[in-house]
Amino acid sequence: MNFFQNIFQQYSWAEVQQSILSKTADDVRLALHTSRRNLEDFKALISPAAMPFLEEMAQVSQQLTQKRFGKTIQMYVPLYLSNECQNICTYCGFSFDNKIKRKTLTDKEILAEVAMLKSMNYDHVLLVTGEANQTVGVPYLKNVIKLIRPFFSHISMEVQPLDETDYTELIAEGLNTVLVYQETYHQEDYKLHHPKGKKSNFEYRIQTPDRLGKAGIYKMGLGVLIGLEDWRTDSFFTALHLDYLEKQYWQTKYSISFPRLRPFSGGLEPKVVMSDAELVQLICAYRIFKEEVELSISTRENEIFRNNIIKLGITAMSAGSKTNPGGYVVEPASLEQFEISDERSPEVIAKMIQEQGYEPVWKDWIIFSE
Amino acid sequence: MLSIANKEFSSRLFTGTGKFSSLTLMEESLLASGSELVTVALKRVHLHQQSDDILSHLSNPQFNLLPNTSGVRNAKEAVFAAQLAREALETNWLKLEIHPDPKYLLPDAIETLKAADELVKLGFVVLPYIHADPVLCKRLEEVGVAAVMPLGSPIGTNKGLKTIDFLEIIIEQSNVPVVVDAGIGSPSDAAKAMELGADAVLVNTAIAVSENPVQMAKAFKMAVEAGRMAYEARLAPKTNYAIASSPLTGFLSIVN
Repeated sequence: MNFFQNIFQQYSWAEVQQSILSKTADDVRLALHTSRRNLEDFKALISPAAMPFLEEMAQVSQQLTQKRFGKTIQMYVPLYLSNECQNICTYCGFSFDNKIKRKTLTDKEILAEVAMLKSMNYDHVLLVTGEANQTVGVPYLKNVIKLIRPFFSHISMEVQPLDETDYTELIAEGLNTVLVYQETYHQEDYKLHHPKGKKSNFEYRIQTPDRLGKAGIYKMGLGVLIGLEDWRTDSFFTALHLDYLEKQYWQTKYSISFPRLRPFSGGLEPKVVMSDAELVQLICAYRIFKEEVELSISTRENEIFRNNIIKLGITAMSAGSKTNPGGYVVEPASLEQFEISDERSPEVIAKMIQEQGYEPVWKDWIIFSE
Repeated sequence: MLSIANKEFSSRLFTGTGKFSSLTLMEESLLASGSELVTVALKRVHLHQQSDDILSHLSNPQFNLLPNTSGVRNAKEAVFAAQLAREALETNWLKLEIHPDPKYLLPDAIETLKAADELVKLGFVVLPYIHADPVLCKRLEEVGVAAVMPLGSPIGTNKGLKTIDFLEIIIEQSNVPVVVDAGIGSPSDAAKAMELGADAVLVNTAIAVSENPVQMAKAFKMAVEAGRMAYEARLAPKTNYAIASSPLTGFLSIVN
């Protein structure tokens, strides 16, 4: 069988970077006006040469998004279960070497948080943990999914990479979506950012989407942490991964996120700063490259940016998020994974979406089995 | 008048409920379309709540609900979804759609036939969304579906009747109503399908995503009526050249 790693190994970071930088205005025009787009077109769309075409890209992106998804925005919310973590990650507030109080929610606490999320109208939830296999391993996750299943139509999960059999087990309990961000496809620098813990294994992480595909996951989310490395090259590798996965695991849906490194207590300054215009460029480039991919934006971004991005290609949004375990009810004052930027409530966000002529969608899934 | 499973429809425009910028606008547009059969994705409906947003905007007696199974990937899930829909929406009508491919949402012929067979036996009025495949349509007819719904082009693409040659064969051969579903991008596409002899069309994206959905809904209503009227009046045949005189047989009139 053909795995992504085999494809990945045929590429060199430096060559890809050079190839993106050498794209011309003519390459961008071709990418904008062709009817079938490939990875070379994606390179052109994320290249510096595309910046003068940003308005045109936004127009095309809006049109493609509305045709495919209509004037709708899907609403989801993260539920942080634990900040215990055995990994050292240079950019994360939950890093093992960060001296913070550690907390893992009990069943009772989870239900208290869930009650709050339900009162906020949420029906699609994203479970988040650090990596602590003793306390927050597969049995814990399995128990949580079983516990909250009655309250949500769609359950997503953003936790440590797991084995294929673990995924199969969790899917059977009602897990619908798994987000697993590569953080960076720069293999050497990945080791620098993840010096200790299971996460330091680049190979195991990059193979995760293959394991998820084989387990038959309904939807998976990809992305890199923007700020760690050159975002253009990292985004090309994300697109390469997506392109491979769509052909290989053709029954799975895909979504992309573009988290920009945010400040947190004791944290790393971004190595590369991505401007707002560049983030718009990247969002539009993904949309133009893959009409069907879901594009998600979190509360890491600020109000003005989030208000304006709705019409440009985004299909899913969180609001009122807390990035600390127990943040909604149980322990609102505990330390966050990162500082959120848009603190408006889901109600206010929903109203803002409506005012822009879009419908916030709270429920769009169901489990089609007993 | 169009009749499906002994139910009569004065409008031959069926509509979808997705992609609208608000539920109020959806309701206004569907009312303006004159549509009497509207399809709604089961996955969008709150099954365990007293009132549901979408359903409350579809309560006008003009609308008959056609729940659809969007999101299912095989026959087993489709049968499960159908039973949930029957219970929640209190109708045994069902738009059976099984598209395991989330990219182009193309229907799975094998699973659809399997599910249709089972659902008909369970007492459902089944309207399957399928490729414009004339043999599949006959096979579905044999298991007892109430209508067939072949696609004009991939769903949501607005590309029109790319499958026209196969739609003509399906319409010619079918013993059940033929509803052209998916791909109809403009009123002229809808009129064309009706001129071919389709019994109805189903439109969603072209109305929901237009700049003015209410006005577009009216345009589709008129186009469907005009197309049907033209079909009933029999279109004059097309020719590739003008027939000005009778150069080959003209001599016969002299003899006459």
